[in-house]
Amino acid sequence: MYIYDDLDRTLVNERVAEFRDQVARRLSGELTEDEFRPLRLMNGVYLQLHAYMLRTAIPYGTLSSAQMHMLAHVARRYDRGYGHFTTRQNIQYHWIKLEELPDAMADFASVGMHGMQTSGNCVRNITTDQWAGVAPDEIEDPRVWAELVRQHVTLHPEFSFLPRKFKIAVGTSGHDRAALAIHDLALRLHRNGAGEIGFEVMVGGGLGRTPFLAKTIKPFLHKRDVLSYVEAILRTYNEFGRRDNIYKARIKILVHELGAEAFAREVEAEWQNVKDGALALDPAAFADVASRFVYPAYERLGDDPPAVGEARRADHCFDAWMDNSVTNHKVPGYAIVTLSLKPEGGTPGDATAEQMDAIADLADRYSFGEIRVGHEQNLVLPHVAQRDLPELWRALDAIGVATPNIGLISDIISCPGLDYCSLANTRSIPIAREITRRFRDHDLARDLGRLHINISGCINACGHHHVGHIGILGVEKNGEEFYQITLGGKADEGAKLGALIGPAVPYAQVADVVEDIAAAYVELRARPDELFIDTVKRTGIEPFRERVYATR
Amino acid sequence: MPLVKAGQIVEDRYVRVLDDAPIPDGVPVIVSGSRFLADASELVARDAPIGVLWPNDRRVAELEPWLDRLSLIALVFPKFRDGRAYSQARLLRERYGYRCELRATGDVLRDQFQFLVRAGFDAFEVKKPADARVFAESAARYSVFYQSSADGRSPALRRRLQGAPAVKAREAV
Repeated sequence: MYIYDDLDRTLVNERVAEFRDQVARRLSGELTEDEFRPLRLMNGVYLQLHAYMLRTAIPYGTLSSAQMHMLAHVARRYDRGYGHFTTRQNIQYHWIKLEELPDAMADFASVGMHGMQTSGNCVRNITTDQWAGVAPDEIEDPRVWAELVRQHVTLHPEFSFLPRKFKIAVGTSGHDRAALAIHDLALRLHRNGAGEIGFEVMVGGGLGRTPFLAKTIKPFLHKRDVLSYVEAILRTYNEFGRRDNIYKARIKILVHELGAEAFAREVEAEWQNVKDGALALDPAAFADVASRFVYPAYERLGDDPPAVGEARRADHCFDAWMDNSVTNHKVPGYAIVTLSLKPEGGTPGDATAEQMDAIADLADRYSFGEIRVGHEQNLVLPHVAQRDLPELWRALDAIGVATPNIGLISDIISCPGLDYCSLANTRSIPIAREITRRFRDHDLARDLGRLHINISGCINACGHHHVGHIGILGVEKNGEEFYQITLGGKADEGAKLGALIGPAVPYAQVADVVEDIAAAYVELRARPDELFIDTVKRTGIEPFRERVYATR
Repeated sequence: MPLVKAGQIVEDRYVRVLDDAPIPDGVPVIVSGSRFLADASELVARDAPIGVLWPNDRRVAELEPWLDRLSLIALVFPKFRDGRAYSQARLLRERYGYRCELRATGDVLRDQFQFLVRAGFDAFEVKKPADARVFAESAARYSVFYQSSADGRSPALRRRLQGAPAVKAREAV
C-alpha cells in the first residue's frame, strides 16, 4: 500500500472543496452545463442515460480494506447498493445525484481516494499489473513508478487540457497483465543487455473506432529519465495532437499520421531540452515515494501445506477453484487469490456493498488488509497464506465470488452498454449474462481452457473487443441491435487485433454464435491442450467463419 | 472583458491594433504575430511598449530573438479545452527566460486560473466579470503541488525531502 501523507491528503481535500464550489455554481445556474461539463469530467462525473455516474480511481489497482469499506459505504449511501469495477482499475457508480456528489467525494477523500482525472482530456488513472509486488516473475514493483508518474501528472498545469484523454500503464514482467499495448503510453520495466533496469517506452496504442497497438519509440530509458521523457511525450502531443476532430485527437492518430520514427524524433528533440532539468529523478525523492509503500510482514512458511492437499482431495469444488483461481506468490507459503466478479447470470465487474464489506473483512483476516483490482474486472487478495485457503474459499463461496472461471469463457470483460451508457448503441450486459449461462457447466468451460471474451456496446470499445480472443461489438442497424464478431485478438505481451469473421448477427443469436465457435474449436484443436487462441492462429478464421455462417 | 494583474482588476493600457490599421504613436500596442515578425526591428524601435498576440499553433521559439524587446506576449485559448498555450507559456518562461507580461486571452475562466498562474501567466483577460472578481481566491485554491512549473513553487517530492513541513498557509499569488 502507498500511504498518503499530509501533502497528499491536503491536495485531495482541496480538490473536494473546489468541486463543491463548482457543483454549487452549476446548481445555481452560474455555470452552464457546457461550462460545467469539462469540470465535472475531470472529477470522473459523467451524465449518463438515467443519472450522473461517478468514477473513482483505484491507482494501480491497490485498495486497503478501509478503502474497500468506503466503496461499500458510497454504494449504500449514495447509490443503489452496488458498484462496477472497470477495465482501468476504477470503480463506477451509476446512480448518483449531482447535489450529493461533493459529499460522496468527501467520503472518498477521508480514505485517500478521489476521482481526479478519471475522465476528461487529461492523463487518466495510471494502471498496472494487479499482481504487482507479489508476482514471482516481476522485475520490481511497478506501483512505485506508477505512483511517481501519478503524482507528476496530477493537476499538471500544462497537461490538463490535452487534445484528448491520455492513458498510461506501467508493466513489469515478461507476462503483460496490464494490457500495455492498448495504452496511449506504456512503460515496461525490463533489463537491458548490461543488466540495468529501465523502461521500454511504447506510445500510440488505443482501441475505439481506429484501433492501434502501441509502438516502441525507445527500447531502453534509464530510470532517472522517466519523468522528463513522459513530459517530452506529453508536450509533443499537446502541441501537435489534432484538435479539429474529436475522433482523430488521440495520440495514436498523431503517431500514425506522423509515423512512429518521426514522432520519436520530435520527442527526442524535446527531451534533450528537459532531461537534465528539474525532472531528472532525484534518487532521494524516489526513495521517499518507495518508502511509503508498506509491505506485509510475511511469516516464514513452507509451500503446499499438507492440509490443503487433503482438502483438495476431499472436495472437488475446492480443488477446481484451487486449480483455477489461485496462483503462485513470490513468497513461499503464500498465494495470490483471484475473486471472480463474473458469476453465472451476473453483470461483469459488479459487486454489492455487502460483498465489498465482506471482502474487506476477509482481506483483514487473510491478506494483510489489501485488495487488488485487475483490468479483467475481477478482484484479488494478494497475500494469502496457503494454509488459509480452504477457509477462505468457503467464505468467498458464501458471498458468490468463488466461481472457478478465471481466464475461462465466462470470465467476460464487458462495458456497461446501453443499460447505462449514453454513447452505447447496443446492450452488452445481457449478452455477457447469457453467455455465462450457456457455459455454466464448469467441466465444459475448463475443457475449453483459456478463452477471453470481450464485449463492447459501441465502437468506442470500452469492453476492448478488438483484443478479445472472441470480440463482440454491438452496432445498430435500422434501430435493431446487431453484433460483429472478431477472433484472434490478444491484450497480452503478444498483443494483436482480432479479425472480423463475417456479417453482424442479431442480438438473439450472439450466444449461439459463441457456442458454435467453441464447438468448432473443440473439433479443430490439434491437441486437447492447444489453446483457443493458438488454434485460431494456426487455422486462421476461415474454418470458424464456415461453421458460424453455415446455417445462418 | 476585465483584465486582472497581480490579483486585481486593472485598466488595460495596451491598444490592440488590427493588421491593416496604422500603429498609433506613443501608445502601448498589441499587434498580431505575423505583423510583428514582418516588421519586428522597426516595431521594437518604437517609443512605446510593444506587445504581440501569438497564435497557439505556432512555435514560440520564433519569438526568441525579440524576447528582450517585447513588453507583452498574449497567448490564446480559443476554447477552454484547448490547452496548447499552457505549453507555450511554460516554454517562454522556463526555456527562453521571458520575464515581461504574459497574458492569457480568449476563453479564460475561473477554473483555469490556478493552472494559468502555474504555467507562468501573470495577466488575464477574464471572460466573465464575476470570475475576475474572485480571481485571488480562485487562483489560490490549492496549496500542494506535485510538480515544479513556471511559478517556481516547490513540488511535493522536494518538500517531503526537506522534512515535509506541514502544509503552509496559502502563498499569495
